[in-house]
Amino acid sequence: MTKNLRVKSSEYIDETNRISFKFNGKTYHGFKGDTLASALLANDVHLVGRSFKYHRPRGIMTAGSEEPNAIVQVNPGSNRTEPNVRATEVEIYEGLEASSQNCWPSVEFDIGGINNFLSPFFPAGFYYKTFMWPASFWEKYEFFIRHSAGLGKSPTSSDPDIYDHRNIHCDVLVVGAGLSGILAAKNAAKNNFKTLLVDEKNELGGSTIFENNEFNKIDNKTPSEWLKKEIEELRNIKNLEIKTRTSVAAYHQYNYLLARENLTDHLEAKDKTNKIRQRLLKIRAKKVILATGALERPLIFNNNDRPGILLSSAVKKYSEFFGVACGSKNIFFTNNDSAYESALSLYNKGINVEAIIDIREQSESKIVKKVKEAGIKVYWSHTIVDTAGYKRLNSISIMKLSNDGTSVTGSKISISCDCLGVAGGWTPAVHLYTQSGGKLKFDEEKQIFLPNQNTSEQISVGSCGGDFKIDEIIKNLNHKLKDTLNIRETDLDNINVEIDLENSKRNIWLLPSDTSLGKTKPFVDYQNDATAKDIKLALREGFRSIEHVKRYTTTGMGTDQGKLGNMHALGIIADTAGVKMGELGTTTFRPPYTPLTFGTIVGRNVGKFFDIFRRTPMNDWHVENKAEFENVGQWKRAWYYPINGETMHQAVQRESKAARESAGILDASTLGKIDIQGSDASEFLNRVYTNAWSKLAIGKCRYGLMLNEDGMVYDDGVTTRLGENHYIMTTTTGGAANVLGKLEDYLQTEWPELDVYLTSVTDHYATASLCGPNSKKILKKIIPDLDLSDENFPHMSFKEATIGHIQCRIMRISFTGEHSYEINVQASYGKDLWEKCMEAGKEFNITPYGTETMHLLRAEKGFIIVGQDTDGTMTPIDLQMDWIVSKKKYDFIGKRSLYRSDTMREDRKQLVGLLTEDPNVVLEEGAQIVSELNQSPVEMLGHVTSSYFSPNLNKSIALAVVRGGKDMIGKQLFVPMESKNINVTVANPVFYDEKNERLNA
Amino acid sequence: MFLINCPYCGERDQQEFKAGGEAHIERPKQPTELSDDEWAEYLFMRKNIKGVQFERWNHAHGCRKWFNMVRDTSNDEIKAIYKMGEKPPSQ
Ligand SMILES: [Zn+2]
Repeated sequence: MTKNLRVKSSEYIDETNRISFKFNGKTYHGFKGDTLASALLANDVHLVGRSFKYHRPRGIMTAGSEEPNAIVQVNPGSNRTEPNVRATEVEIYEGLEASSQNCWPSVEFDIGGINNFLSPFFPAGFYYKTFMWPASFWEKYEFFIRHSAGLGKSPTSSDPDIYDHRNIHCDVLVVGAGLSGILAAKNAAKNNFKTLLVDEKNELGGSTIFENNEFNKIDNKTPSEWLKKEIEELRNIKNLEIKTRTSVAAYHQYNYLLARENLTDHLEAKDKTNKIRQRLLKIRAKKVILATGALERPLIFNNNDRPGILLSSAVKKYSEFFGVACGSKNIFFTNNDSAYESALSLYNKGINVEAIIDIREQSESKIVKKVKEAGIKVYWSHTIVDTAGYKRLNSISIMKLSNDGTSVTGSKISISCDCLGVAGGWTPAVHLYTQSGGKLKFDEEKQIFLPNQNTSEQISVGSCGGDFKIDEIIKNLNHKLKDTLNIRETDLDNINVEIDLENSKRNIWLLPSDTSLGKTKPFVDYQNDATAKDIKLALREGFRSIEHVKRYTTTGMGTDQGKLGNMHALGIIADTAGVKMGELGTTTFRPPYTPLTFGTIVGRNVGKFFDIFRRTPMNDWHVENKAEFENVGQWKRAWYYPINGETMHQAVQRESKAARESAGILDASTLGKIDIQGSDASEFLNRVYTNAWSKLAIGKCRYGLMLNEDGMVYDDGVTTRLGENHYIMTTTTGGAANVLGKLEDYLQTEWPELDVYLTSVTDHYATASLCGPNSKKILKKIIPDLDLSDENFPHMSFKEATIGHIQCRIMRISFTGEHSYEINVQASYGKDLWEKCMEAGKEFNITPYGTETMHLLRAEKGFIIVGQDTDGTMTPIDLQMDWIVSKKKYDFIGKRSLYRSDTMREDRKQLVGLLTEDPNVVLEEGAQIVSELNQSPVEMLGHVTSSYFSPNLNKSIALAVVRGGKDMIGKQLFVPMESKNINVTVANPVFYDEKNERLNA
Repeated sequence: MFLINCPYCGERDQQEFKAGGEAHIERPKQPTELSDDEWAEYLFMRKNIKGVQFERWNHAHGCRKWFNMVRDTSNDEIKAIYKMGEKPPSQ
C-alpha cells in the first residue's frame, strides 16, 4: 500500500479532477494540475531513474526544467514516444504513460548498477583511456557502450503529429513570467510597445506566485496575493500577447530568438489529434527583457545524489504549489536563509521538519528566529559528511565544520530522515544571455556570474540580473525599464516593499567529509555522474581550460547541460588551481536551453514538403504514361518510359534506337532560359561567351561556352538572336539560377555602362524537343504552313509560328546529332503541344524518351554535359573544344586564364573517348584509369565520366578525362575493377556520325 | 541569422542573400597586358580578415541587386551598407 503524501488542497491542483496514469507499468493517480514529478511524489515514489555511468538510483531533484535526474521516456512504445523528458515538466493527463530510462531490466533491479561498485575503475576520462586500443576492438567496445549507455529510445514509426512555424515581430520580448517579467511586460505594453511575454510553465507568476512568507510584503500584501492581482490586470492590456508553455530554446544575434510553444502535450490522446502539437516561434524583437530567474544551487557533499535529496526550493514548491510533502521526516541543509523559508512553509502546512543543518556560524534574521520558535533544531557550523539509503534516503551523518571550512571535527551525529532539502544559494539563469553573445563578469561578493556586456538591445532583470530580494528587484527593474524603454514613469514608482531576508551566506564549493575525497562520491554533474574528485583528477592530469575539463570529465555534457552543477565545477577548478573564479573561463551554454523535438525544428517541411520540387507543364502526361522520374536539382524530370515491364536498360535501348531510326520526343522544359534585351546585348554576349556573337544574324542560333574567370568551363547552351537587341539564352537545367546570378554580377559591378536587361523566363515556356529522321514530317503535320526546307529553315536557325492560335518559337537545333526541333510555347500550353506532337507522330512510332536516353544519344556524339564530363577543372582546351574559343576577341570572361602556365600544361586531364576491348563490357562511371597494372603505387591517369551501351553502334562507349589523353588516341589503357581489369583503347570522343550528316537527313 | 538592410528593399532575413566575397577588387581592364603573377593576384588572392571586412552581397532571392557591406566577421555586426559604385565609408 503506497502512502498518500498529499497534505493540503492547493489552488493550483484540481482535486475534483482525478487522473490516472502509468509509471513503469504501474497505475497511479494524481490530479489535474500535477506534473508527473509532483504526482509521483504524492504517491511516495522517489526512485525514478538511474544515472548515466554508475547506474545509481536517482530521484526527483527539482521542480523545473533544470532537472538532471528524473528523466523519463513518455508514452514508451507508441509512435508518439519521446525520450529524455523531464518528469518535472510533464503535465499529467488521463492515459499518460511514462517509464524510467537507462536501466535494464528495471529501475528497481538494474544490471548496470554494478558499475557503481566498480566505480574506482571508472575515473574521469575512462572512456578516452580505455577504449583507445587495440583499434580492432573498437567494434566490441562500441557494442558495449551503446547497450549500456542508451538514454531513451526514439520512436520507430513516423510521427503522427503536426508541427508548425510562426514568425513574430515585436517591440519587446519578455522571457519569463515571474515577478519581474510580469511587471516588465505590463509596463512595456502600457507604454505602447508591442509586447510578447513567454513562459515555459502553464501558469504565470514564477516562484513568487506561491511566496507566502509572512515577512515579505508588497503594498501590505503577501507577494503571492499582490502578484495575482497584477496578473489579473494583464488581461485588460492591449499590445500584450502572452504565451505560456513556451520555452525559449535559442537566443541568436540581432535579437533573433527561437521558442517552442507546446500546444497539446498536456492533453489526452483523443484531444491531440488534428491539432498542432508544437509550434516553433521565430521571434524578431527590437528589445529583449530577460527575466529568466535563478536556479537554486545544490551543495556538493558525499553521496549527495540519493532519491529523497531535493533542492530546498523544490521541496517548498511541492508543498506550497502542488500540496505534496516530499517526505514525512524532512531535513534542510543550507548555507543561506532561503532554506528557512522552505522549512517554515512546510511547518505551516503541518509537515514535519526534523532539523536544519547550516554551515554558517549563525544568522539573526526574523525568519531564522521564527524557525527556532517553531521548535525546529538548527545545527550551526555543521555539514553533512555522508548519507545512507540505496533507493531512498534514510539517514544523514553530520559533523562540525572547521573554521576554515576545509575539514570536519568532533563526533559524528546520525539523523534519520526521508527527505533532504538542499540550499546552496542562487545562480542567475544567464544561459540565454550568453547564447546571445553576452559576456559575463564574476561578482565576488555574491559569488555569481552576472551579465556584463551585451551585443544587442537587451536587459536582464530580476534574479537573472543578480537581484534576489523583492525590494532590490523592483527598484532595479524600475531603473532598467525606464532606461531601456525610454519612459519617465512606471507603476513601480509607488510600490511599497517590506522585506526580511539576510544576504549572509557561506560559500564552500566542495564540502569536506571525515572520509578522504578519494573514497567519497560528491556529485557535481548528476546526470553524467561527474564527481568533485573527477574534476580534481583532470586538473592533476594537466587540464586547465574549462572547456577541456568539461569534456574530459563529461561535466555539463548531459541533456541538462549541467544546469545545477556548473558553478560548483568552476568553483572547484578555481579552488584547486588556486586562481580566481572566471579566470580560467566560464562554460559556454549552447542552444537549445531545453531539448527540442525534431518535429518542431522541421515544422511543416516533412514528406512531400521536405524540399521544394518543380514539375514541367507536361508532367501529368509523363505520370499517366508511367514514366520513371529522376531529380535534377529541384526538378522532377522524366527519366525513362518503361513499357511491358521493361528494365531501365531495355527501355533506354529501345528509346535510343527509335530516336535515331524514326522519331523521339523529349520534355526539355527544364533548360534554363534567360531573356536578354538592350542595345548592348551583343557586346554583352561577346564578353560572357568564349566565341564571337556580333555577327550572328537575326533568326540564327549559336552554341556558346561560358567560363569562370579561372578559365574553367562553367555552363553551356544555345542562344538565339530574336531581334536586333533581343536574345534568348538557354542554360543547363542545374545551372540556370547561378548563371543568371553571375551575369547580373558582371552587369551590375564590372560593366554597369552596358545597356542590358536580364529576365529569367525558365518557367514561362514549355519546350518539346522533337528529333529523328521523321521529325520534319511530324512538324509539317502540326504546322502545315511553315516552310521547313533547309533553305528557309536551316540547322541552327529560328522561326516564329502558330499552332492553331498558340504562338510558338521553334529552334532547329540538336543535342542528339539528329535532325531536330525545339518547340517552345507558353507554359500553360505545354501539355497541349506535347499531345499534338504525339498524335501527329503516331504513324512514325514517335517515342517519348527521358533524360537517360538523352544522355546516351549525346554521348554517342561526344557532346559534353557540364557537371558530368566537367568538374570545374576543365578548360575548353582540355575538352578538345578549341574551335569554340575566339582568338580574335580581346577579352571574355576567363580568357586570360587560358594562358596561365598551369592551364597550358600539355599533361592536363583531357576529354577522350574510351572503347572497351570486349564491346559488351560497360565501364562504371567514376572508374579510375591507369596505364600500368603492376606499379605500386599506381599512377591514376584519370576517370570515366560517361559510359553507356550504345544500341545504335552495338557496343559500349565511354567518355573519360585522361592525363595527356589528347595524344593517346589508339593507346591501350586499363580500368582496374575489384573483380577484373578491363582493357580499353583511347578513341576520338565522337563515336557516331562524325561528319554530322544526319543533321540534315 | 542576421538582418540585412538591402539598399533597395529594406531589412530582410539573411536567408534571402548570398555573400559574394571581398569587395573593391576591380576586374582588370586589360587582362592580356598582365603577367601571370599579376593576373593570379586578381584571381586568387583574398584577405579573409577576422574583424572589419568590406564585402559584396547579393539580394539573390529578392531584387537581385548587388551591394557592398562593411561587416565585422568576428561578431557579424554590420557596420555599413552602400550601393555598388558608391564610395566606401571611411573607417
Ligand atoms: Zn533587395
